[in-house]
Amino acid sequence: MVKKVLQSILMPLIAIFISMIVGGIVILITAKQNPIYAYLALFSGAYGNLMNFATTLTNAIPLIITGLGVAIAFSSGLFNIGAEGQFWIGAIVATYLGYQVKGLPWFLHIPLIIICAMIAGALWGGVVPGLAKVYTGAHEVITTMMMSYIAIYFSHYLLEGGPMMDKGTIPQSPVIQNSAKLSTLVPNTQLSSGLFIAILAVVIVYILMYKTTLGYELRAVGFNVKAAKYAGINVAQKLVLAMGLSGAFAGLAGAVQIMGVQYRLYDSFTSGYGYTAIVVALLANNNPIGVVIAALFLAGLSTGAQEMQMQTNISGQLADVVVGLIIFFIAIEELYRIVIEKIKNRKTKLQPVGGQK
Amino acid sequence: MNILHIFTNPYLWASTIAMAVPLAFPAIGGTFSERAGVVNISMEGIMLISAFVSVAFSAYFHNAWLGLLAGVISGILVAYVFAWAAAKMYANQIVLGMAFNIFASGITAYLFNAIYGPEGTPFDTPKLPDVRIPIIDEVPVIGQILSGQNVMVYIMFVLIILSQWFLFKTTIGLRLRAVGENPEAAETAGIDVVKMKYLGVILGGAFSALGGAYLSIGVLNSFSPEMSSGRGYIALAAMIFGKWTPVGSFLASLLFGFATALSYTLQESSISKNIIMMLPYVVTILALIGIGGKSVAPAADGIPYRPKK
Repeated sequence: MVKKVLQSILMPLIAIFISMIVGGIVILITAKQNPIYAYLALFSGAYGNLMNFATTLTNAIPLIITGLGVAIAFSSGLFNIGAEGQFWIGAIVATYLGYQVKGLPWFLHIPLIIICAMIAGALWGGVVPGLAKVYTGAHEVITTMMMSYIAIYFSHYLLEGGPMMDKGTIPQSPVIQNSAKLSTLVPNTQLSSGLFIAILAVVIVYILMYKTTLGYELRAVGFNVKAAKYAGINVAQKLVLAMGLSGAFAGLAGAVQIMGVQYRLYDSFTSGYGYTAIVVALLANNNPIGVVIAALFLAGLSTGAQEMQMQTNISGQLADVVVGLIIFFIAIEELYRIVIEKIKNRKTKLQPVGGQK
Repeated sequence: MNILHIFTNPYLWASTIAMAVPLAFPAIGGTFSERAGVVNISMEGIMLISAFVSVAFSAYFHNAWLGLLAGVISGILVAYVFAWAAAKMYANQIVLGMAFNIFASGITAYLFNAIYGPEGTPFDTPKLPDVRIPIIDEVPVIGQILSGQNVMVYIMFVLIILSQWFLFKTTIGLRLRAVGENPEAAETAGIDVVKMKYLGVILGGAFSALGGAYLSIGVLNSFSPEMSSGRGYIALAAMIFGKWTPVGSFLASLLFGFATALSYTLQESSISKNIIMMLPYVVTILALIGIGGKSVAPAADGIPYRPKK
């Protein structure tokens, strides 16, 4: 048990450490600047004061919620790499209901939006890729990715002269009603009470995955499909359900982003949260608490990268380089095993000859 | 605009071929990789890296062919690392692909900014030449479609035929396919499974790199961040639609190329280009769920294999 916990915490930490060093070397060569100074700028830009931390938290909210969704799919052995599209679909539904439905008090309007966005995300991410997988064996990596592109083009269609475009020439939707807006937590920042929705989502997913029969069954399917089938679990149904839940959370994240931060939909309203959420789930090893930590880390990386860019002129895209390296160094876990084994072998070789039994 | 007029316009068909090129190369590359049992979704990232390296070398040495060569070498190097991680470290191939794609998108954008700044790549960067085919050029319509294309178009046609021959008519091709179908049996028969996986992935990287170079120094003479814009993923779909064969992959790429070309041609019409742009993705899903013939992946595709010895 201790070993397992160590492994799931230590591995990402080692990966992060190596990646920061490689990133530092890139800075040294290309920008000829002190990487430590750059990383300090990044760190203070992410967590240094209340304003920066609030921005990091704001960016972490969609990552936490979407990351939870991706983690549910991962735990069931499914790769939902189309969370980005499900995020868009949630945002589209939230925006439409947000400006179209008038006269509702906030305590009805917001739940209405949340429920509809989750259902839309579930249908988009779950029903199509899930059913396709179960009935035709179409791999979810491709179907979710394709659905993602369809969602993105669909949103562009809606906004660029389409039915959701606001008056004027800018491709953007009207602003949502006040009754659909989440309250702001820290003045002069974009941090909204969406934070509480994210925390609630973490608790719900934790209970769902670890305290209910359904969660156990979902994880059993992810652990070993054949064994799960043998144990009488309806695997097909669970796979569709896992994809559906996954999409529902991505849809929720899109809705929270609209209600709490953007208030309207426009072409580039997501900065790839759906893709980063995959990294979040990977770093977190699918653990809901880990999702929060990983999301805070990755959100900090992107918030801090902007600060770093301003202070040191080092382009913020370096954050992506580091993220890519982190996943790479996590993926090749076999290497650590080999290295540890080599070290162990060396130790045994050094033992005195008389020590042999 | 008259619909019939659109379809009789040779420009639509010429651009269908042009649009298919950056899909066909990575799709054929993916075929090699998956036939050897390795799912490589990092073709998107390899394209991006090759696109950048090609432009950088083309601009620096003022020679587009050197740019192409450098691009392909960069693709091979990246694919080599991928092959090592997939075949020797038994890494999860999808996770690996994600890592490479994020890294590629970051490093190319970063280096682009660091080297060229806001002005972008130099205006006088040479591009690969367009080629007029002597006799075909004279033929009406056909000449307009098949002649005057970028040299990469003709390289592609040659490589499609070579690839099909290599994969299905040579001993190495047979071995490569055996590894993707049943690595245990292949190993028992004396085939070096790991070596074959390396071969498949590296061929995949080289082909994807050709596609990437075409984007930056074939169609254009410049680079912009994210310029591969998902083509590596569409190529994956084309490969599946093409039933894991080079010729099939090319034909599927033509279909996707057609949808893209059509979306550009229809821009002034009442149909939104965004709706047309959705079509290739819808078609892919339909193809995947078996409408238009079932595609069956190599049996051991994507499963890390640990040699017995």
